[in-house]
Parts: sequence; C-alpha cells; structure tokens
Amino acid sequence: MRRSEMLSRMLVIAGVLIVLLVPLAVRFYDGQGIVEIHGRMAETGGWSPSAIKAQVGVPLHLRLTSDDVMHGFAIGQSEMAAVDVPPGKMTELTLTFDKPGTYTYYCTRWCGLNHWRMRGTIEVTSDGLGAPQPVSPPLYVTLNLDIDAPHPAPVTPLERPSALRGAAFTALLPPSYLTTDYYRSYSPAQAFNDLRSDPALKSLNNAQLWDIVAFIWQSNTTPEGLAAGKQLFAQNCAACHGENGAGNGVFADKLAAAGEKSSEDMTGAKGMQMKKPVNFTDPANMLGASPALLLGKTIRGGMGTGMPMWGSIFTDEKTWNIIAYLYSFHFTEVTK
Amino acid sequence: MRSELTRFPLVKALLKNRWPQLLVFIVMLAGFLFAILSGFIGTPVGSSNFGIVFVWIAWWAILILVAVPFFGRGWCAVCPIPLPGEWIQRGAILEPPSRKPRWLNLRWPNKLRNIWLQNLTFTLVALFSSVILTTPTVTAIVLAGMLFLAIGMSIVFERRTFCRYICPVGGFIGLYAQAAPLELRVKDKRVCATCKDKPCYNGSQVGYGCPWDVFPGGLTRNTYCGLCMECLRTCLYDNIVVNARPFAADLAKPSTRLDETFKAFIMLGAAMIYAGVLLGPWGALKLAAYSVGTTAWLGYAAAFLALIFGILPAFFTLAVKVGQRLSRASTPQHLFSKFATALVPLGLMFWVAFSLSFVLTNAAYILTALSDPFGWGWNLFGMAGIAWQPYLNALLVPLQTLVLVGGLLWTVRTAQKVGTEVRVSPIPVIVFCTLATLVMLGLLL
Repeated sequence: MRRSEMLSRMLVIAGVLIVLLVPLAVRFYDGQGIVEIHGRMAETGGWSPSAIKAQVGVPLHLRLTSDDVMHGFAIGQSEMAAVDVPPGKMTELTLTFDKPGTYTYYCTRWCGLNHWRMRGTIEVTSDGLGAPQPVSPPLYVTLNLDIDAPHPAPVTPLERPSALRGAAFTALLPPSYLTTDYYRSYSPAQAFNDLRSDPALKSLNNAQLWDIVAFIWQSNTTPEGLAAGKQLFAQNCAACHGENGAGNGVFADKLAAAGEKSSEDMTGAKGMQMKKPVNFTDPANMLGASPALLLGKTIRGGMGTGMPMWGSIFTDEKTWNIIAYLYSFHFTEVTK
Repeated sequence: MRSELTRFPLVKALLKNRWPQLLVFIVMLAGFLFAILSGFIGTPVGSSNFGIVFVWIAWWAILILVAVPFFGRGWCAVCPIPLPGEWIQRGAILEPPSRKPRWLNLRWPNKLRNIWLQNLTFTLVALFSSVILTTPTVTAIVLAGMLFLAIGMSIVFERRTFCRYICPVGGFIGLYAQAAPLELRVKDKRVCATCKDKPCYNGSQVGYGCPWDVFPGGLTRNTYCGLCMECLRTCLYDNIVVNARPFAADLAKPSTRLDETFKAFIMLGAAMIYAGVLLGPWGALKLAAYSVGTTAWLGYAAAFLALIFGILPAFFTLAVKVGQRLSRASTPQHLFSKFATALVPLGLMFWVAFSLSFVLTNAAYILTALSDPFGWGWNLFGMAGIAWQPYLNALLVPLQTLVLVGGLLWTVRTAQKVGTEVRVSPIPVIVFCTLATLVMLGLLL
C-alpha cells in the first residue's frame, strides 16, 4: 500500500473517530456529579428523572433542560425563586437542603394542558442526623371535613356584600366572630346564619349582616396577603379557573374536551376524571365553603375533577393568601 | 461563449490532484457524522440541535442559494455520502482499483436507468418533511439511512448507483445544474471517438471510471455529471475541460424525458407547498403536515400528490395544447417535456425565494448551534447565548420579489426559445408560469 493511501485512510478514520468519540468523552466527564433533568410536557413524560436523591447539607448540582417548550423549575414549600428552563438550553442550578424530607419540584410555566402535573420529587436524607420533622394535620382534617361533599350555600346575598359598610357595625359585633379560628372554620353562609341568630344583631337586615360577613373575611387578611394571593392565583390557578375566577381559563374547555384521555399517559393518573374547573364567582358554591374546606381542596387536590394537589407546593401562608383572594370575587373591598 | 477554467494551471492542478478533494470530503464526512450523532444524542429541540440547524438551514442555504445556481452539481463533487461506500467498493481511497471487482459489481437494471426512483425518494422525503426538518432523531435516521444505503449499493452495484438513481437530493440538483454557469465537457469529441480504452469511463491506473456512469465524450448537459473530476485525471489526451459559461446554457437543448419533466413539476409544486406550510400563517395546515399518519396528514399528502402529479401537469398540458391550437401546428414529439424545460429556471427561483425566507429567519440558530451543537450547555465559540433574531428582514421581500420576477423573465425567455424550436406558441405556457409565480408571490410576501 502506498504511503498516500495509508495517510488518506488514517485521515478518514481519524476524522470519523474525532467527531464521534470526542463529544461522547466530553459529555461523560463533564456530567460527573451532576443530575441532568429533562423537562417535557406532562403528556409526553414530564420531568425525567422525576425522582432524585440528595443529602442534607450536600450541594445538589442540577442541569435543567427542556426537550419541547419553555418550562420553569421551582421547589415546592420553599422560597426559592423559579428559574426558566428554555428548550434546547441548559440551566444550571445548585441546591442545598438543610432539612430532610421529600421535596417537590414543579414546572412554573403554563407549558401544556397538564402543566400542573409536571412534578418530581427530591428525597433528602440526613444520614441519621435527624428524622423529618413531624407535620401537624391540616385544619380540614382536624375539623373532620368531608371536602368531597357538596357544600351549597343555603343562603346567598341579594347584592354584593361590602366590607367597608360592614365595618360600620363593628361596635355591635361580638369579638368571637373576628378570630382567625372562626374565620377559617366556617363558611360565609354559616357565618351569616350565626349572625342572623345572634340577639345582638337582631336589628340588622340581611344585607347588613352580609356586609358584616365581608368585614369578618377582610379582617382576617391583609392587603399584602391579598396581593400575594392574587399573584399566586394568576400564576397557578388562572389557566383553568380563569383570571376572574369564573372557571373559564384558557385550558378549561380543552381540559374538559380532552377528558380522561388527557391524563391517560401520565404515571399514576389513569382513570382520573376531568371536569370543568370550579367557578369561584358562583356564590351558591363559594359562600358555602369555609376557608378550611378550600384549604383541603387546594392542598389535597383531586375531588374527581383533575384539580392538582398543591400541598407539596405552597407553604401554609401562600395557601391561606390564595384562599383569602378567592373570597374577593364575592366581597367588595376585599381586593383593595 | 465559454471560458475554460482549467486553462489556469493552478485550477487544473487543484482539480486533478486528489488531495484537495479528499480533504474536503473528510471534513464533510466528519460534519455529516457529527450531524447524525447530534440527531441521536443531542437535544430533541430542533432549533438547538446541530443536525437540524446545519443540515436544514446552513447546508440547505449553501446548496440552494450558492452551490446549485452557480456550481450545478458542485455539491455532489464533495458530498461525503459516497465516500465510505466507494472505499469499500474500490478497496482503496486513493489508489487505483484492482482490475478484478472486489464485490458484486452489478450493473444497475436498465428499466431503472432514469430518475423516477429519485422522484419517488424526493417525494417521500417531501411528504414527511415537516417531521424530518424539525425532529433531530428523524433527520439522523434519514441521513444514516442514506449513508448505509449508499454503502450497501456500492457493494452490490457498480459505480455510484445511489447518487445517480436514488439520492433524493441528487435528482433535483441534476435538474437545476442545467442552469448553472459551470460545466465539465470535452474539448474535442473526435478525440473521444478515437480513444481506444476510454479510461474516463472504464478507469485506468491513474483513476477510476466515471462513478456517475457517464461517458464524458457524450456530455451535452450537466444533469448527470457529478463533477467528481475523475475523467480530468484519467483522460490520456488532456481532452477534459471545466468551463465557465452563460447561465442556463443546457436549457437550449430541451429535455425530452418524462422522468425529468416530472422532476420539474415535483420541485415546482413542492416549493409552493413548502412556502404555504412552513412559512404561511395556516396553523391547521402546519399541524396536518406534522401529524404523520393522521387523517389530516393523509389529506395533506393527498393534496400534495395531487398538486405535483395531477393539477400542475394537467394545467401545463392544457397550456401546451392551447399553444398548439393557437399555432395550428402538428404535434411535435415530446412537446410536453420540451416546454417543461421552462420550469427549470422557474422552479429554481421558487426554491431560492423560499429558501431566502427561512434561511434568513433562522440563520441565528447557526451561531448558537455551532457553540452548543448538542444542546448540552457547551459554549465553544461564546455564541451559545445569542438570542434568535431574523437577519436582513428589510431586504427579504424586495429580494424575494426580485428573484421571483427575475425567475419569471428567465422562464419566459426559455419558453420562447422552446416555442421557436418546436414552432408552437409559448404564450399559454408563459401564462401558466406567470400564474404560478403570482401564487408563489402571494404565499411568500
């Protein structure tokens, strides 16, 4: 064989090997100690991997990428700011957990019909340094509420109650109605009935009593809490429930039309029903629901409707803020 | 009016020497394999994957905007697909072949010695193009499939049968190469006629017989000459030349072959459909083209096939018939195919106009894919973070208009020449081409 032929063969083989092996080698060495998470719309797989492990105090290096559309990444029950996960790009992130437990990571962008189910878990262990902290049962459990049962309001106001008008009757109102415990445990309709039967308020008409109910609900929140609740609602709830809470979000009709099929391919979601999202502006429904009941529905999800569970995502404070905001669809001034 | 480029010693030396071409081959092969690799293991996001970006944006831009219009089959001269197969077939990369064939060395069947199979492969690729063009894995499968098919065919058949009869790209490059201002020809056909061994076709100790199964002495058109330069190396009489020539010189000799005619219709129709599907505002159409296997896609495929094999040829036939009636001419043979020669410049300019649009729109991805070819977070050249933006946006519409109108004028001139030769009025054919151009203008602008 001539030298030129030998050289030409070597060049061809070298060219082939370089382009095939170098990227693979770099990829292998560059990926050491890093967990790469790929995001896809929930219908086509969600996060992959969807379960990872970490240790308390040991930095967890993540490399996030999307295989389809723009996703976002955040850790539930934490104050970590969400990061964007653009398609075809790598987003690097390092997390350090100071407590053991199971953390949920979730998508923060409306990426598809089942965006809300695009979640994964990080199991953080502590090498025997401490067990996960005990969790107290949520209020709806303590109150033994059946959150799946219908909760129609037996009575609704004829006109929109005003917290501002209700404030005028503060002097007549027994203090027990203004406690947080009372607010969270009773629905507005129950509160109205309690007020109606209270001798101290006998002189007031129904509209005035509803104004007092609005005042009680307003007194259990703050403008900052309502603003936070509004923002959380817009980010996490409005896609289905609608920006104005009427159950007509951009995904509402599509989810109902997609029915069960829309979640058939998702692990653990088979057989789930899909119903139109609840209309929060319907007083017959909302004024019969206590904050504790709404807390249960929010953190547990389900109800045979396709509602996701938010318990692993929102902190208690965030959940109460959202709930307070939901009542603003019925009470004037609460949104101020 | 031709200018022999090989009269310049440097040009001739570069073309005769195997090394420059081989080095380009190696770079191309490396890039080709890199594209396949990135398709299989890189990000599935097309706009960030080297395979998609470099094949369907960078390579396509170079091919359709530069290589084909100015160099004809220039791409075929450096295309890496035949390299591995030829190595196996010949048992060598540079050394002359052994006298005895190493493999089956079968001749390609006579009935298939046309470009109907290339018409078929291009149509198949075109039907699935929305998926191929956007899905890295599918692009990788198609590219790898072409490479392995070329290797397999090199083992079974003689020469480059894949390039000549199967390659979906080679078919249309050959068609449009007729318009290119570059040609490989012989100086004196009498020399070829008296040449005994014809090493340009049969090969010799200094080179291989024409891989494209073409006898250079009979070359009158660019269509099937792959510009591989083997004949330049093997000719004993220094009778092979590479010429610069006027654009579209080959079109003065209208084709009479129906396979080439239909290639022109396929390309014309495909450019119009691509303009509608890939650049148009119709979401339902895009979805149908992408949803392979669904009823919507079947409808799209049926419409696609109806346009390129039915509607366009039918209206063109009508135009030719009307021209015939206007001229009260007898029926010259191959009138349909001869007039279809006018579709060569028209189709080429349709593709140039269409490609300008999506190449300038997507060119930014080339820079990011170069820095991060797999979407793994690399930043090799510091350009991975460049945000997408269309380039030369203000020039796009004027450029496309110029290309389409210029293409129409070129087509009109070609149709007039054909009309003069066959003594049939070209006016109805010109009307057909004008209407097609108006449709294309409407789709693009």
